[in-house]
Amino acid sequence: MLLSMNWISDFVDLSGLDKLKLINQFSLSTAEVENEIFFKGSDIEGIVVAEIKSVEDHPESKKLHLLKVDAGDGQLTDVVCGAPNVRVGMKTAFAKVGAKIGEITIAPRPLAGYPSHGMCCSEKELGISDNHEGIMDITEDVPCGTSVKDIYQIDDIVFEVDNKSLTNRPDLWGHYGIAREFAALANRPLKPFEAVDLSAYNNLPKIDMKIEDPLCQRYSCLQVENITKTISPVNMRIRLFYCGMRGINLLADLTNYLMLEMGQPMHAFDSRKVEKLRIKRFDKPFTFKTLDGIDRNIDENTLMICNDNTPVAIAGIMGGLDSEIVDDTTTLTLESATFDAVSIRKSTVRLAHRTDASMRYEKCLDPEMTVLAIARFVKLLTDIDSGVKVVSSLTDEYVFRYDNIKIDFDKNFVDRYAGIEIPNDTILNTLKALGFEVKLDSDKFSVQVPSWRATKDVTMKADIIEEITRIYGYDNFDIHTAVAPLYPIRAAQEKTDEDRIKDILVKRFSLHETHSYIWAYFDEYRALGIEIENNIKLVNATNPNIETIRNSIVPTQLCQVKYNTGFSTDFGLFEIGRTVNGMKDGNLCDEHKKLSITLFSKTKSVETLYFELRDMLAVVADDIKHQALAFALTEATHSYEHPKNLNTILCDGKELGRIGIVHPTISKNIDKKAAIVFAEIDVRNFSEIKNASIRYQEPSKYPEMEIDVSFVSKKFAPIGDAIKNANCDLIKSVTVVDTYTDENGKSITVRMIFSHPERTLTKEEVMEIVDAIIANLESQGIMMKK
Amino acid sequence: MSEKTTTMKQEFLSKLASVSDMASLDALRVEYLGKNGLITGLLKEMKNLSVEEKKTFGQEVNILKTEATDAIAAKIEEMKAKEIKAEINSMPDIDISTPANLSRGSYHPITLVQRECEQIFKSMGFHIEDYSEIVTDYECFEALNIPKHHPARDMQDTYYLENGQLLKSHTSAAQNAIYKKYKDALINDGVPIKAIFPGRCFRNEATDANHENTFFQMEGVMVDKDISISNLIFFMKTMLSEVFKKDIKVRLRPGFFPFVEPGFELDINCLICGGEGCPSCKHSGWLELCPCGMIHPEVLKAGGIDPEEYTGFAFGLGLTRLVMMRYGVKDIRDLNSGSLKVLTQFTDDE
Repeated sequence: MLLSMNWISDFVDLSGLDKLKLINQFSLSTAEVENEIFFKGSDIEGIVVAEIKSVEDHPESKKLHLLKVDAGDGQLTDVVCGAPNVRVGMKTAFAKVGAKIGEITIAPRPLAGYPSHGMCCSEKELGISDNHEGIMDITEDVPCGTSVKDIYQIDDIVFEVDNKSLTNRPDLWGHYGIAREFAALANRPLKPFEAVDLSAYNNLPKIDMKIEDPLCQRYSCLQVENITKTISPVNMRIRLFYCGMRGINLLADLTNYLMLEMGQPMHAFDSRKVEKLRIKRFDKPFTFKTLDGIDRNIDENTLMICNDNTPVAIAGIMGGLDSEIVDDTTTLTLESATFDAVSIRKSTVRLAHRTDASMRYEKCLDPEMTVLAIARFVKLLTDIDSGVKVVSSLTDEYVFRYDNIKIDFDKNFVDRYAGIEIPNDTILNTLKALGFEVKLDSDKFSVQVPSWRATKDVTMKADIIEEITRIYGYDNFDIHTAVAPLYPIRAAQEKTDEDRIKDILVKRFSLHETHSYIWAYFDEYRALGIEIENNIKLVNATNPNIETIRNSIVPTQLCQVKYNTGFSTDFGLFEIGRTVNGMKDGNLCDEHKKLSITLFSKTKSVETLYFELRDMLAVVADDIKHQALAFALTEATHSYEHPKNLNTILCDGKELGRIGIVHPTISKNIDKKAAIVFAEIDVRNFSEIKNASIRYQEPSKYPEMEIDVSFVSKKFAPIGDAIKNANCDLIKSVTVVDTYTDENGKSITVRMIFSHPERTLTKEEVMEIVDAIIANLESQGIMMKK
Repeated sequence: MSEKTTTMKQEFLSKLASVSDMASLDALRVEYLGKNGLITGLLKEMKNLSVEEKKTFGQEVNILKTEATDAIAAKIEEMKAKEIKAEINSMPDIDISTPANLSRGSYHPITLVQRECEQIFKSMGFHIEDYSEIVTDYECFEALNIPKHHPARDMQDTYYLENGQLLKSHTSAAQNAIYKKYKDALINDGVPIKAIFPGRCFRNEATDANHENTFFQMEGVMVDKDISISNLIFFMKTMLSEVFKKDIKVRLRPGFFPFVEPGFELDINCLICGGEGCPSCKHSGWLELCPCGMIHPEVLKAGGIDPEEYTGFAFGLGLTRLVMMRYGVKDIRDLNSGSLKVLTQFTDDE
């Protein structure tokens, strides 16, 4: 919202004060002011009122005229002018030789062969409107040579406040409310509004008006006639223009002016079209032509202003074309009303049409303003057009009143909340300046919230704190640390585990951490051949590509693998992210935090890659939990899983997730030759596993004995089990040193290391253990290779 | 010395001088000093000599034996030294000027900046909390004093799910649960609530280089008796100076957020120009950084904390924004792209 310092100064005397400093203070205490401040009129100098004494056609040009003008300096000046509206006796704005308009300094120069000693200016050239159809027509009775800046408020400081920062301040949507803030900041009095006394018209007939819907809170109206003027005074038009509005005609300008001044939107109807004013909603949708000529679809939730059953305006948003003021309008009905803010906002969204009026109504305007706005309107109108006649009494229905808000607090509360001591006088003066009624009894304050702050903004003690402290100025605060007792802070296990998992995967295994979105990427899944599994969906996704929430990170990660195939021949990705796996506790999403790892390689065999991944997981489990992993073959249930070698990962009896190879269809879609393996584990389940901790063993001082034995076996597992079942503390480690396949099948060579803490082992006792293991395996049909 | 020993010594030394490898040296040793070697053989000739001669000759042979043994040992040392020298000479020159192989893993930049912030907060005694991404309307709005018809609830801003839950639109959605988690310790034992909760947030909006529907925030709260606006400003200044690793000036402006009262927009002096004014701060010298405020009494109440007795402050930091500021990331979408060209650059940064 653009604001004029001149306009603000109508209501508070700021003379002698640094305006820029005040604007900055306003930004820090009230609402955000945009960086650029406009110094209107500063680029114009030496423009005076001049009268055109003669007009002759230019002999060489159809458009140009040769003028003699009186600029009040006792002589006639020759000027060549191209404006179509020149006439003898007209007063206009004249830039004398030496005058400045923007970057240009006026100098004598010939135009099409005739000398010109100055320039007649349009309003646009003066920067006070966008009218460039002709030169300015000055109707004020002032002597030639008077500076235009002496008759018009061309010099002004205009600044813009970010509308977002006014969301909660309905009182700041007009200059008067802004002036109240400046008055409080500058510690100067706020002037009262000048308005007419509407009770003078109490004997006139009432308007036939009725609120038939509770969405209308208050409706005030008045009829006036005998308006003879159509053009607004220049100063009014300048202010409107500086504040971003175009001058239209006197009535439209006045309603806009009132809105920018008080924040109260108003509307003027042709009285013939609103003989029976009714405010209501309709049962059925229909279309309605607003005054901008657009047909709009109105539904049963939209509040309408009607003439009996004919809609004439969308309440709080825009008037209708059919009830607009037209040339032969003699009597007009002024509307000043308030409506339910939520309803206006919703209608605005439905209509996709936001107006200056609706923007204000959405903020919960103060219903106390409606009558004052009419009184002010009549005052301004009669000042401009003294023949205007009020022909109805004020007709006012006030059906919804906000509660009176009283707030009690004491000084101690303010000091405690602020953390600094603020004197009682400061509290008292600040609140009074902002329009609060305040009573102070020793240290106890009793405050009555003014109506313009009581519609939603100020309701409780904390709100009062804000009023006091913001005017006090946060820059003026003495700041100090909180004093709090000392207690240990324990880190959450899951968080610690997560950090350590990341460290192991990055530092030891050179994986890259990625983030992917929480939803299944419809297009990318389809391109890879990954099925989108049924899962909970977003109801308002703007894009079908992001509709279904993922139940696993693996597929989104495969999309990222695809994206990176050109990056390197070998890489691994991991992500710790969220998935939804079914519902819990009634109808809530069962959200899981998962770790997903994918390895991609064009140089290694799929088996090597699979083992690398298995070892990564084993290291993670061993390092963080000192636990071993176990695996159990399982059936593929997802489109991206290879049916073979898919294993459930177990740890300490708990199921953690799966490790597997990517299905060949998808794998080939990612890269024809690469091996791709994946694993996904549930981070919370992992975190809940007990840390088995380090079990220290004193190293034996006696020599170890190494025994290698080869078995013909497809898998290591039974061998490992047999060794484990031997339950012998002398076996210190078991490793696979070799595997090979010949005509007899697959052989696995196992190395067992034996040692005793207190003595040297004998070959006989070790062989006895080994023989028992061999016998156990042979009983299962697994033979030792001789 | 007898002629025999002298001749043998000369012969031995001349042979030794011509030996050039270990095998010949060993052969020479066996030839002279072995069980049946030439020097040992000399002793066998002693039986024909007188006692006196035996004594003299025996001594001579023994001296010769010692001399030969020492000479061989010296020759071995000499040959070993030669070998080492040859090995040194054969070592190729390594070209250390070739580029280093930096292949290694990488963290997501969010992890790096988040960890750094977490360290700062840990050092100030804050708990680090984790929270779900899918939350209820109550958690995200109702408990935060965001009434039913507040624009923040509009469909266009928040992603809603079929079951009425939603993707959390701000980390503040965790506030209620955190108050409930720690309120007993606060009320019964006087342990202040100090917690931060980093997390991923979602907004239903079109994406471009500056807008993402998925981004990270970090929220923090502190609740105790007598927490004040003055404490809040002090804390924010201290904390942000740590985050940016230099003394930061802060200024507060009123800002409206339903879950704080008073609420503020916090500006810091521009990091590029230091407050002088430059294009990056639009010549204002200030940079709008984060919202903060005193926790709204209704929000404390919803968390089971009596606002008459306790007060607190809350603040939000845009982690994604901090990442972009720190590393100069121009396109916010790069962070979720999974692109290794982007991500592999973010190795550890502590």
